[in-house]
Amino acid sequence: MALVLAALRRRPPAGTDDTGAERVWLWGLGLAFPAVTLVALTTYGLVVGERLLPRDAPDLVTVRAEARQWAWTFAYADAPGRTTEGVLHIPAGRPVDVEITSADVLHSFWVPRLAGKLDAIPGHVNVLRLEAFAPGRYDGVSAEFNGTGYRDHAFAVEAHDPAAWAAFLAGETP
Amino acid sequence: MTPPSETPPETSPKRPTALRLHRALEPIYASDPRFRGWFTTNNNNDIGLLFLIAAAGFFVVGGVLAMLIRAQLASPRSVFMGPDVYNQVFTMHGTVMMFLFAIPFFEAMTVLLLPGMLGSRDMAFPRLSAYGLWCYLIGATTVVASLIPGLAPDSGWFMYPPLTSTEYSPGINTDIWLLGITFIEVSAISAAVEVVVTVLRYRAAGMSLSRMPIFAWYILVVAVMILTAFPPMILGSVLLETERLLDWPFFQADRGGDALLWQHLFWLFGHPEVYIIFLPAAGMISTILPVMARTTLLGHGWVVGAAVSLAVLSFGLWVHHMFTTGIPHMGLAFFSAASTLVAVPTAVQIFAWIGTLWRGRPRLDLPMLWLLGFFATFVIGGLTGVMLAVVPFDWQAHDTHFVVAHLHYVLIGGYVFPMIAAVYYFLPIFTGRTRFFKLGEVAFWLVVPGFHVTFLAVHWAGLLGQRRRTWTYDAGQGWEIINLVASVGSFVMAIGFALVILDVAVNAAVSSRGRRNPWGAGTLEWATSMPSPSYNIASIPVVRGRYPLRDDPDLAHRIARGEGLLAWPARNRRETLVVGTARGEPLQVAVLPGNTALPFVMALATSVVFLAPLIDAYRSAGVALLAVLALALRWAWTLGSKVDEGPLDAGHGLALPSAAEVPDPPGWWGSVFLLLADVTQFGSLLFGYAFLWTVAPNWPPPSYLAPGLWGPALALTGAAALAAGPRLAARAIGRTRAPWPGLVLALGGAAALAGGAATVWAARDPTAHAYDATLWLLAGHILLHAALAAIMLLYLGARVARGYASPARIGEARIVQLWSDFAAATGLVALAAAWLPGAFA
Ligand code: HEM
Ligand SMILES: [Cu+2]
Repeated sequence: MALVLAALRRRPPAGTDDTGAERVWLWGLGLAFPAVTLVALTTYGLVVGERLLPRDAPDLVTVRAEARQWAWTFAYADAPGRTTEGVLHIPAGRPVDVEITSADVLHSFWVPRLAGKLDAIPGHVNVLRLEAFAPGRYDGVSAEFNGTGYRDHAFAVEAHDPAAWAAFLAGETP
Repeated sequence: MTPPSETPPETSPKRPTALRLHRALEPIYASDPRFRGWFTTNNNNDIGLLFLIAAAGFFVVGGVLAMLIRAQLASPRSVFMGPDVYNQVFTMHGTVMMFLFAIPFFEAMTVLLLPGMLGSRDMAFPRLSAYGLWCYLIGATTVVASLIPGLAPDSGWFMYPPLTSTEYSPGINTDIWLLGITFIEVSAISAAVEVVVTVLRYRAAGMSLSRMPIFAWYILVVAVMILTAFPPMILGSVLLETERLLDWPFFQADRGGDALLWQHLFWLFGHPEVYIIFLPAAGMISTILPVMARTTLLGHGWVVGAAVSLAVLSFGLWVHHMFTTGIPHMGLAFFSAASTLVAVPTAVQIFAWIGTLWRGRPRLDLPMLWLLGFFATFVIGGLTGVMLAVVPFDWQAHDTHFVVAHLHYVLIGGYVFPMIAAVYYFLPIFTGRTRFFKLGEVAFWLVVPGFHVTFLAVHWAGLLGQRRRTWTYDAGQGWEIINLVASVGSFVMAIGFALVILDVAVNAAVSSRGRRNPWGAGTLEWATSMPSPSYNIASIPVVRGRYPLRDDPDLAHRIARGEGLLAWPARNRRETLVVGTARGEPLQVAVLPGNTALPFVMALATSVVFLAPLIDAYRSAGVALLAVLALALRWAWTLGSKVDEGPLDAGHGLALPSAAEVPDPPGWWGSVFLLLADVTQFGSLLFGYAFLWTVAPNWPPPSYLAPGLWGPALALTGAAALAAGPRLAARAIGRTRAPWPGLVLALGGAAALAGGAATVWAARDPTAHAYDATLWLLAGHILLHAALAAIMLLYLGARVARGYASPARIGEARIVQLWSDFAAATGLVALAAAWLPGAFA
C-alpha cells in the first residue's frame, strides 16, 4: 500500500530502463520476497500442526462422539455401554482421543478452547486428539452447517480431576 | 498497414470514404430495429449489453439478499427471520453472487470487448453467444424466482450431501439448485468454447500471441479453466440429482457411497472458480492500470506467466477447503504448502502493477480510484488467505465469520472493485459518452470505507467464534456492537453501490458525446468510433506491435477509411479474418451468421429439458430434448454452401479461402475445446470411481460385474469400426467418391459399441451399490456419445447427399471424425474400467 502511494506521488526520471525495473520489481519483490516469507510461514504451520497430531501415549483415553441432527451422543472405551447425551466427560490432564462420526449428515466437532475442529462424516471415523489441562466445563459446537437446527447444535466437555473421573467411570452421575 | 497516409484525417479529402464504408457495413451487421430484434440479434455489442445489464441486475438481487442478512444479524435474537428463511437467504446470496453475477458479468464484458481488442468483427460463434445469454437469463430467473414461494435452495452454496440428499432435503429446493445451476453452466461452457476459439483464431492480421492484448491472454486462461473446472462440478450435480431422482447411492455410506466425493468434485471446481473470477478482474487491471499511468505494462511476459501459473496451481489446491474432513497428515502438509505457493505468482502480478505505476505518471481518474480501492482491499484479503492456508489456524477459523470476511475481501476487493473500474474505463466504448456528473466519486467514498468497516468487524466477530450460517446469536457474548457496526457499514456500502449504478445509468443516458480514445490507450478496441459500431471495426488492420494505436496514432482513421483487410463488403455478408494461432498470419475468411431467432428458441427448448423435471414433467423434458436436437441440426445445416467459392479477395491483394473450405474450420476448433470439457468430465467420473473404491466405506462391492464374451467382443469391434469408418468416409469425400461404405461402417460401429455398453446396464441394478451406479454412469457415457456420433454420421450423410461436401469442403467430415474418435476411445476406457476388476476377481 505504501508503495502504491509512493508510486502515485513520484515523478518518473527521464529515460526509464525496463530491464532494471524488471529486476527489482519482479525478480526481487515478485519472486524472492514471497518465497522467503512463505517458506518460513509454512514451516511454522507444519511444526505446530505436527504437535497437534495424535501420538501414542501411555495414559491415553479413548471416547467416541456420534453426531446427529441435532444432538451429540458420547460413548467411552473405559466404560463400555455407558453413553451420555450432549455432555462429553473426560479426565483433565490426560490426552484424549475423540473418535468422531455421524449418523446422518455432515457435522463438525469443535471445542474452541481445547482443539481445532474435525468433521463428523457418515461412514468415516475421524480421530481428534485433545487435552484439557484443568478440570472444568468447556463449550463445544457443531461447526459444519447441518440444517435448521444448526445454531443450537451445541454440546459441552466436562473435564474431571482423577477422583471425579473414577467416579464417573464407576457409574455415578456427576 | 501497408499504404501510408499522408494527410491528417479530419481535413482529409478521403473522409467521406469512412462514411461510405460505414453506410455499407452498418445494414449488414445491424440488428432488427424492431422490438423482436432483441431476440434475433447475435451481434456481440447487443448480446454483451443485455448480458451486462442482466448480470448487474443479479448483483442487485444478491445485494438485497446481503442486506437482509445484515439486517437479521444487526441485533441479537432478531425475530426478523427464522432459521428456515435465513438458510434460503444466505444460500441464495452466495449462489446468486457466484453463479448469476460474478461469472456472467465478466463474460458480458468479454463478449462486449474481446472482438474489438483483437480487431475482429465479432466473436467466433455469434449464435452461441446468444444461446448462452438466453440460457443464463431463463435459468437465473427461475432460480431467483424460487425465493418467492419459499422454495429456494437452503443448504449453503456448496450444497454438501447428505444434507442435500432426499432423506434430509425432500423438497424441490435442492433440485432447483442442481438443475438450474447446471443449466446456467451450459451457458458458461458455451461462452468458454467461444472465447478460446476467438482468441486463438479471430484476430487482426499480424497479431501474434506475443502481440496480443493482455486481457485476451487472461481471458484465454480463464476460458480454458472453465472448460476444465466446471465439468467436475457438473458431474457432481449429475450424481446428486440421479441420487435424488433415481436412488443411485453415490453419497450414501451404507451402500458404498461417500459424502466426501461431493466435496472433492465441488472443490475441484470451487477453488479454480475463485481464480476464474479473479483472473478476468486482474486482466482488467493489467489493461487499465498502464493507461491510467500513461505508460505500458511492466513485465508483460511475467504477467502472462503469473496468470498461467495461477491457473495451473489452482487445480492443485482444492483440498484446502477440506482441511477439517480428516485428510491424512501428509496430504495436509502438501496442500498447505501448495496453498501458500499461489502467493508467489500473485505477488509477481501485484508487483508488476506497482512497478508499472512507479515508472508511469499516474492520473487519478475515477477508474484509477477504484483500482486503488482494489489495492487497499486485496492486500488484506491476501494476508488473511495466507493465514487460512496455515493448517492449525484453519482448524480454528474454518466455518466462522472470519472466513466470510476473507472471502468478501477477495471477491469484492479483488473482483467487484476492478470491474467497476473497468465499467467506468470502457464506458465511452459502450455508450459513446464521457462521464460528466461527479456522482461516481461520492459513490466511491461510500463503498470503500463502508466495505472496510463492515468486513473488518466481520473478521473480528469470526475470531470471537461467531459461526457463519447461524441465523442469530445471543446477547451478552460481546458480539452485539461488532455486528451492529458491520451492518451499518454494509448499508453505507449498499447505498454507494446503488449510486454507482445510478451514475453509470445517468451518464449512459444523458452526458455529452465524447471523442475517440479519450484515455489515450494503445490497443485496438479504441480504434473505432464511439460507441463501438455494430461491425466493431471497419477494416481489419495489420498490426506490428503490442500497442498498435500508440505506435501509429493515425491508425484509427485508416481503419475507418477501409485501408485494412476485408473492408468493402463486396459479398454482402458478415465476414471476418481467421489467423494462424501462433503468428497471426491471415489464413481464412470466416463468414459470420446473420440475425436469427434460432438461439433464443433453442434456449427455450433447453430450459424445458432442464426445468421440466422439477415438476416431474419427464415427458415434456423428453419432447423438449428432441426439439433441441432438431434445432441443433438446423443450426448446423444453415452453415456451409453447395459450391466451392474458391479463394476470396481479402484486400491488399490477398486471396484467402473461405473458412468453410479448409480442413480445420472454426467448428473443428470449437469441437476440440468442447471435447476438452467432455474429457475432463469423463476423467472426473473415473476419479470418482477410483475415489469411492479406495476411500468410501463398504467397499469392495458384494459382487463384481463379469465381462463375459459378448460385451467385450461387441465393444472392441464397435470401437474399431467407429474409428475407421469416418476416416474412410473423409478420404472418400476428399477423392470425390461416395462416402457410404465408411459411413455405414461407422454407424454399425456406434451401434455395436452401444450394444457392448448396454450389457453393463442389463447385468446390474444401479440402486444396489455405488459400484453399480457408477458402472451405469460409465455405460451411460458411452451410450450418450455413441448416440451423438450416430446422429452426426447421419447428418453428414444427409449433407453429402445434398451436395454440401467436396474435397475442399471437408471440414464437417473431420468434425464428425473427431467426435467418433472420442466416443470410441473413451468408450473403450470406460468399459475397461467397468470390466477389469471383475475379470481379475
Ligand atoms: C454487497 C455487499 C455484501 C455483503 C454485505 C455480504 C454479506 C454476507 C454475509 C454476512 C454472509 C454470511 C452469511 C452467513 O454465513 O450467515 C455472506 C455470505 C456469502 N457471500 Fe456475501 N456479501 C456481499 C457481497 C458479496 C459478493 C459481491 C459476493 C460474490 C461475488 C458474495 C459472496 C458470498 C458467498 C459465496 C457467501 C457464502 C454463502 C454460504 O455460506 O453459502 N457476497 N455475505
Ligand atoms: Cu480455495
